[in-house]
Amino acid sequence: MNIDDKLYLNRYIIDQFSHLAIKDQQVCTDCKDKPCLTFCPARVYEWKDEHIVVGYEGCLECGACRVGCPYDNVDWVYPRGGFGVQFRLA
Amino acid sequence: MNKYDVIIVGAGVAGLSAAYVLAKAGVNVVVLERGLNPGSKNVMGGVLYRQMMEELIPEFWKDAPLERPIVEQRFWLMGKDAVTSGGYKDLEWSKPPYNNFTVFRGKFDAWFASKCVEAGALIINETVAVECIVKEGKVVGVRTTRPDGDLYANVVILADGVNSLLARRLGFHKEWRPSQVALAIMEQIKLPALTIEERFNVASGQGVTIELYGDATLGMMGTAFIYTNKEHVSIGCGTLLSQLSQSKITPYDLLDRLKQHPLVEPLIKGGEAVEYYAHLIPEGGYHSVPKLVGNGVMIIGDAAQLVNGIHREGSNLAMTSGRLAAEAYLIAHRVGDFDERMLSPYAVAITESYVIKDLKKYKNATHIMEKNPAYFNTYLPAVNEAAKEFLSVDGRPKRSKQWLILKRFFGHRGWFRSLWEIIKLGRSMK
Repeated sequence: MNIDDKLYLNRYIIDQFSHLAIKDQQVCTDCKDKPCLTFCPARVYEWKDEHIVVGYEGCLECGACRVGCPYDNVDWVYPRGGFGVQFRLA
Repeated sequence: MNKYDVIIVGAGVAGLSAAYVLAKAGVNVVVLERGLNPGSKNVMGGVLYRQMMEELIPEFWKDAPLERPIVEQRFWLMGKDAVTSGGYKDLEWSKPPYNNFTVFRGKFDAWFASKCVEAGALIINETVAVECIVKEGKVVGVRTTRPDGDLYANVVILADGVNSLLARRLGFHKEWRPSQVALAIMEQIKLPALTIEERFNVASGQGVTIELYGDATLGMMGTAFIYTNKEHVSIGCGTLLSQLSQSKITPYDLLDRLKQHPLVEPLIKGGEAVEYYAHLIPEGGYHSVPKLVGNGVMIIGDAAQLVNGIHREGSNLAMTSGRLAAEAYLIAHRVGDFDERMLSPYAVAITESYVIKDLKKYKNATHIMEKNPAYFNTYLPAVNEAAKEFLSVDGRPKRSKQWLILKRFFGHRGWFRSLWEIIKLGRSMK
């Protein structure tokens, strides 16, 4: 089961604004390992055309990218009230 | 001006426990929740402990939405095609007063919140608290994202979960390090109740938890878990973020690998995945617990790193911390003074309770295991090798097998070093 299928199981109320932002794209360009590309459980971060694309729509709001970014380069806040993933079970 | 006695940030079990005690005592309390309703953002492996919940609501199990009372806890040390297993089953746990239950937080927290409302608390959903409002060195309220969203109170209780953004902004702690949190992910697999009971060998309505180590996390520090709900099985894995980050494996590949493990797959075969979760778990333990009390503010639950990772306990620590913070408030309320000194009975009470005592008992254990990967990637697999050697009947004499087992266990890293490492870990848990 690939990650897109997993995310598709969830209910999201998607805001038009991203609650996640890269502070400085150059820092990501210079980051050798780019660990966020692999450890993010929702594959929010992708490396495309020489920069990081932030697919905030599938974010599970765990906070791993904020803690795990080696350069503290993620501007991380919660989605606005009522937006984002809404779990039914858990 | 919107003024309350107490504002609680976050409607998880910590925040709701505090809200319940305060509302029952007639305090004007408001709980801010960022989800559509309480529970919709809350994720936990699924075990809720009876004792600490009952200290709040006696015989809650008669009314609360629960999945299954757990009658058996199993432990699996996983190899690639093998497992060394242990466990404890007790049918006393299938009857009142029970030991613990699996729950769906989406349902349980909504129910718990409704009890708080019945007791007189106000719950405001769809509202994000951005920061504490500080005046003259004292927390006096909370700024929210709503228009005119400044709320004021005598005391703010931060129950905003593991990310703990508000306490960090107050300078109570720094950003967590990747070695202070585990990243856990989980899927909910739908299966008929009867199928679950047959596969896990329990009577109708009873539940099982399995904690899996070793190959289940590819030797990374952490555990995988399989918990039975009424008509779902929770399956997930959690590893220290620092180690996951270095491993170059995605968490969802790790989970899929677990689901396909030949010893796990039969348990969930034919089931349909219906929801997918991720959550950070505070694993820093005793050394990571921040300052718990300030002028006009207290921190409870995950926000204060109150999780006992070794025993996978968290919801109980959250509930106890919420109750103790509320009780400290009630004393301050009578005096009408809410500075750090007046609220400090919370810090004292929690230090004297099992919460901090248990964290203190294991204060160096996680650190020792995290610094030395051998515990998870060498010694745990060696247990499996030892069991295999001991139980395979192949014509070799037992004495030579014993020797081989010892050699396998201690030989990998040298006798003296291994012995020292094992004593060191043992001592850190005494």
